[in-house]
Amino acid sequence: MLLDEFTKKLIDLYQHHLPICSEPYKEMAKIMGCSETEILSCLQKLQEREIISRVGPVFAHEKRGASTLVALAVPAEDLEKIAAYINTLPEVNHNYQRTHLYNLWFVLTAPSQAHIDYVLHQISEKTGLDPLDLPMIKPYKIDLGFALYHNSRMPI
Amino acid sequence: MMNQKNTLSQKQQEALLAIIELGIPLVSRPYLEIAQQIESDEQAVINQMQEWGHTGLFRRFGIVVKHRSLGIRANCMLVLNIPDQLIDQVGNRLSEEDGINLCYQRPRRAQWPYNLFCMIHGRSQEAVITRIQEILKIHYLEKYPHDTLFSIKAFKQRGARYSMPEVR
Repeated sequence: MLLDEFTKKLIDLYQHHLPICSEPYKEMAKIMGCSETEILSCLQKLQEREIISRVGPVFAHEKRGASTLVALAVPAEDLEKIAAYINTLPEVNHNYQRTHLYNLWFVLTAPSQAHIDYVLHQISEKTGLDPLDLPMIKPYKIDLGFALYHNSRMPI
Repeated sequence: MMNQKNTLSQKQQEALLAIIELGIPLVSRPYLEIAQQIESDEQAVINQMQEWGHTGLFRRFGIVVKHRSLGIRANCMLVLNIPDQLIDQVGNRLSEEDGINLCYQRPRRAQWPYNLFCMIHGRSQEAVITRIQEILKIHYLEKYPHDTLFSIKAFKQRGARYSMPEVR
């Protein structure tokens, strides 16, 4: 999948501090040296192509509610079925199959810890599996997005 | 109504949070559009958003990329069991390394011996494995128990949602 230089620059500049003001896309256009319409149509296209999921906040979850990382050790033959059930829970995001005995990993977020505990209990009841509950104790590095263009530092 | 002009009621704040967690609209004046939905005015919404920005409710605010769509196919969780007295030092040092996008301390469990979690993304599994080996070597971490968990399949990948009915 190829992105043009304009798009890469736009993504790199605005993953962190998109201006919060009346006409944010016009502000971005001034910096990018283009028109507001070009910014908006670029973002719309990225959203239609599902390259970006949204323009908005990534919350500091400890301030917004409760969250935890959960793992299940699912027998291979039940994986699709259990993953599909986990996907139906509104508290779940980022549900991945991984290479380990604990082969299903997902993040739960909810308004409160009581809510998280309730969902963990439900998962345990429904699947008969004992979920690993791994809440964050301390962040050393938090989600900062991806550098695509300026000094991209990803292993390639 | 108790709320003054240019501030939002509790209910309006909750409605605003529920809207923005799905993203702000891609229109010239997004906060005007949101203000109309929550029966407030544009400036009040902007004030509230800026306040949340200043108080650290937003870890970041901007374009949220779906990394799989960018050809970033390999996503590896490197987990290590680091002695408690060293974990802050190791966590901070690993956070400086190129390629490590996330680094968190999490609890060990009876069935799970690891307490340090790093997320590493790359365009191929080989590139990520090579990078992990380098990182472990540079920081003398090969001697500590560790494992690499590559993602095989994404069943779901979306932003966190907090606005939902409370459980019974």
